[in-house]
Amino acid sequence: MSARLEAVPDASRELYRELVLRHARKPRNFGRLPAASHSAEGVNTLCGDRLALYLEVSAEGRIDAIRFDGTGCAISLASASLMTQAVAQRPVADALSLSARFCTALDTGGELGEEPLAALGAVRRYPSRVRCATLAWHTLERALASPRLGSGTAGAAATE
Amino acid sequence: MNTLPDSRDHATAVLDVRGDFPLLAQTSNGQPLAYLDSAASTQQPTSVIDAVRRYHENDHANVHRGVHTLSHRATAAYEGARDRIRGFVNAASRREIVLTKGTTEAINLVAQSFARPILGPGDKIVISHMEHHANIVPWQIVCEQTGAGLVVAPIDEHGELRLDALYSLLDESVRLLGIAHVSNALGTVNPVAEISAEARARGIPVLVDGAQGVPHAPVDVRELGCDFYAFSGHKMFAPTGTGVLYGREALLEAMPPYQSGGDMILEVRFDGTTYNELPYKFEAGTPNIAGIVGLSAAIDYLENIGMARIGAHEQLLLADMTARLGDIDGVRLIGTAGHKASVQSFVVDGIHPHDLGTLLDQQGVAVRTGHHCAMPVMQFFDVPGTARASLAVYNSTDDVDRLIHGLKRAIRMFQ
Repeated sequence: MSARLEAVPDASRELYRELVLRHARKPRNFGRLPAASHSAEGVNTLCGDRLALYLEVSAEGRIDAIRFDGTGCAISLASASLMTQAVAQRPVADALSLSARFCTALDTGGELGEEPLAALGAVRRYPSRVRCATLAWHTLERALASPRLGSGTAGAAATE
Repeated sequence: MNTLPDSRDHATAVLDVRGDFPLLAQTSNGQPLAYLDSAASTQQPTSVIDAVRRYHENDHANVHRGVHTLSHRATAAYEGARDRIRGFVNAASRREIVLTKGTTEAINLVAQSFARPILGPGDKIVISHMEHHANIVPWQIVCEQTGAGLVVAPIDEHGELRLDALYSLLDESVRLLGIAHVSNALGTVNPVAEISAEARARGIPVLVDGAQGVPHAPVDVRELGCDFYAFSGHKMFAPTGTGVLYGREALLEAMPPYQSGGDMILEVRFDGTTYNELPYKFEAGTPNIAGIVGLSAAIDYLENIGMARIGAHEQLLLADMTARLGDIDGVRLIGTAGHKASVQSFVVDGIHPHDLGTLLDQQGVAVRTGHHCAMPVMQFFDVPGTARASLAVYNSTDDVDRLIHGLKRAIRMFQ
């Protein structure tokens, strides 16, 4: 039996690419930002992924710093890690359009564009896992839509 | 006494009934299907599928209503199923067998019709830390409605109920004890006969969530001594949308209806309505007749094999699966009670349960991953979720081999 099993083309490798596993094992921008101007919490109730996102957005609308922490599956952690890298030092408007493109691509099977975000492209073929990959992005959208911290409101909460 | 067999009952030969279940003949992701998720829902044997089909092709009409031949046949099939179920759990009377759409509805019925009218501030409902959400949330809601309190009996690190602590909670303010027969997340078999005796000696009624109990060993509600026993058809090879509430007749008699509408009344007048007798008082609206016919066929199937043999078969497989899972480096077993049935939960160092579920699925192995609708259990063991392999009569050593092989492969890949 084991010989036959080993001979099967390995779909797992396509979903869990080395790049994805590297980011899942050692996520970038992992931690908190004490001086965050925006934050939000995202929960994927299906598998219990839970992440908190912290941003420092400048007066000019640029994401100067971004961190996240939390627990989750490899797909959600890698996606959060890649997301923070993709939007750091970018204008909020760019981050939001990137988010819209990424989430639409996963939901509708469109193109994900270039590496490294495209490393998550195979998730499209695993409908139950799409929400793992989009959690960080939806949480980003919620954080950016929430009022500036210190203006009397706590962070927003998002549920996938 | 508890009628679920323990791991000493290994004398019976291993069963081979996979061929009775047409769904299991398929491949999944290019592999023969190893279905290890029966604690979530079981597959149906051909005899159940055929019984439902025959009913639809020959006998369908509404029950308890028409004078025509078809209605008689449908009623006979439906009420015949009730008699079959009564015998299956050895209830004293068919009046004690209320047909529901599942365990969840059965527990909600007891919460709203039995507990709600008798609860008030200062009263308590006791449940355990290992309950499924279906045996937690209905009690939380009825406590909010009445001002009563919900008290949780603790478990230990093996996933066993701490009986002394439970009994110490059973004081004169407790109005009901709700307890799982078998934990869906941990597989722990609770000594419900002993627990029922202790509770009833203090005048406390007992509801047993039997969703995971009924499919795996003989259940005799009178031996168990509980007041209510709830279970689902789809965990015992019958269609979804079928379930049973066994209730002691004196208690059911005193309870107001749960839902209202057709069939649960004797006479409706605008100045007052007379409710129907038991069990129809609790069966408003047209029921899932075909599903209940399927449940009756599922009982035939189970009893033809023999519940004791089924239990012994599963115990053999469970012992083998648990030992082999425990031998894998990095695997932590969740739920290691001395007396278990059918279920082994586990977590793997460095691999989230959800990833494990996908990796196993790609190898044709279906397990449940996540919190198993028992989030307090996950909180107790401080895990986000587990992978859970659960067994039924159609599983074999081959399925366990596939699980172990797939798991080792997943671990190698994530290293």
